[in-house]
Amino acid sequence: MKILVQGKTQGIILKSQHPINFLGTVDKKTGIISDKNHDLFDKSIKDSILVFPNGVGSSVGAYTIYSIKSNNTAPLAMICQKADLTVATGCALANIPLVIVTDEKFLSLQTGQKISLDTESLNPITFL
Amino acid sequence: MELTKEEESALKGEQGEIMQMAYRILVATGEATDSEKLIPIEWAHLSGVNYNTIGDAGEEFLSGISKNARVKVKTTLNPMGFDIDNVSNYHLDDNFISKQLSIRKSYETMGVTPSFSCIPYEIFDIPKEGTQVSFAESNAAIHANSFDNLKTNKESAFSALASAITGKSPYSSLRKEDSPNLTIRMKIDNPNDLTYGMLGFFAGKVGNNSVNISGVGEMDKRSCKALCGGMGTSGTCAKFLFGDGDPGCEKVDFDKKEMNDIHDELNTAEKGDLITLGSPQLGLEEISDLTSKLKGRSFKKRCMIFCPRTVKEQARKIGYTNELERAGCEILADCCTCLTPLINKDNVDSVTTNSIKGAYYLKNSNGVDVNLKSFSQIIEDETR
Repeated sequence: MKILVQGKTQGIILKSQHPINFLGTVDKKTGIISDKNHDLFDKSIKDSILVFPNGVGSSVGAYTIYSIKSNNTAPLAMICQKADLTVATGCALANIPLVIVTDEKFLSLQTGQKISLDTESLNPITFL
Repeated sequence: MELTKEEESALKGEQGEIMQMAYRILVATGEATDSEKLIPIEWAHLSGVNYNTIGDAGEEFLSGISKNARVKVKTTLNPMGFDIDNVSNYHLDDNFISKQLSIRKSYETMGVTPSFSCIPYEIFDIPKEGTQVSFAESNAAIHANSFDNLKTNKESAFSALASAITGKSPYSSLRKEDSPNLTIRMKIDNPNDLTYGMLGFFAGKVGNNSVNISGVGEMDKRSCKALCGGMGTSGTCAKFLFGDGDPGCEKVDFDKKEMNDIHDELNTAEKGDLITLGSPQLGLEEISDLTSKLKGRSFKKRCMIFCPRTVKEQARKIGYTNELERAGCEILADCCTCLTPLINKDNVDSVTTNSIKGAYYLKNSNGVDVNLKSFSQIIEDETR
């Protein structure tokens, strides 16, 4: 596991099988995904532990992550399978904990599970 | 990543919120790119300036941090959306202008040199060989690594800003002595600036961090910049070396087929309603060359020329500006073809340009068609 942005939180997983393009497909006021072709279409990422493979699209998407945090519509934490600079810098700007997990761990995380994330802990992800 | 005591303390917030955020960005970027530590840099060049690209979120963010953030090293800036001297000729709305000026003010407050140029390597003195810098503009990063003997990552707007504030950057592969694992064999005879732009675009697609390029002869400044601009547009590759590379290198040819594929991808019109020159912006040498080629000739349609303000001022003093304006050119400082808000698909269907980088963004961001021609072809076809 790689820790990109440190932090501690707990919450309920919202998992996407698709990469997320934060610029243009996340409504900044509500945190709702507006891309009809996305598997999280019409769902809000607000206050979730957002689990998704990786970010895609313009690096300006990092500002979107910063905006949703300022509007209180951001996830509590993000967990990805692959590191990408847009999500990494976006979470760093917004101070949202971000970790990269192994493929095996990624598979084991499912929507609805309640977990605790603590990047200082030896075992950062624990199921509650 | 190994951090020093001071870096750890900044990351914990003991040196204020701005430093904490800047170090969070460096650590997140460093971990994502497998860097083992941070190293000092001497010059940062920032992207994320044009309101057209960063929007309200960017404007608000910069306005917020400019209250406390100050840059620690020499920091220069990419182009913005317009030239204040002639913006009234281009029907930009007042909101755009005021938001752009707010962005300008935020950067100036932070201590950034308002250079508004994508060719810092041409308008500033180059530091001594091997100096570590942080350039966010892709063509500038590639130029710095490949022609100027400097070392930089292909930075994002955010990692370069964090580098400017902290004077540090992740030590990743491009900063080390690496050798590319891919060699592109240039097979096109008599290449011109457009050919080099397409070669760069091809290299960016097939290369990863860095590539070798073989079979290339002497190049003029225009062609060097075209190569860097094309490469930065299509991928993450941020350095090239001339030569065959290690014998074990994978080899890829850039021949007529590869070139025609790129031409077909980016050339979508037979002719343009107007012409743009500059993406990357033109330097004084190119302006001088253009002026001499236009002796006794005039453009048959509008021709927009993009350059840094320092170059525009030099051109005026030398007398190039009068000549160019007589020939029908509009000279714009502080902005560039790339992501310009001054070309709008409501009143322009297609643009003729010699820039591969310009072509890509005109097509994908402005939504206009592009007619590609080399510089000399533009002079031949479009002037009388």
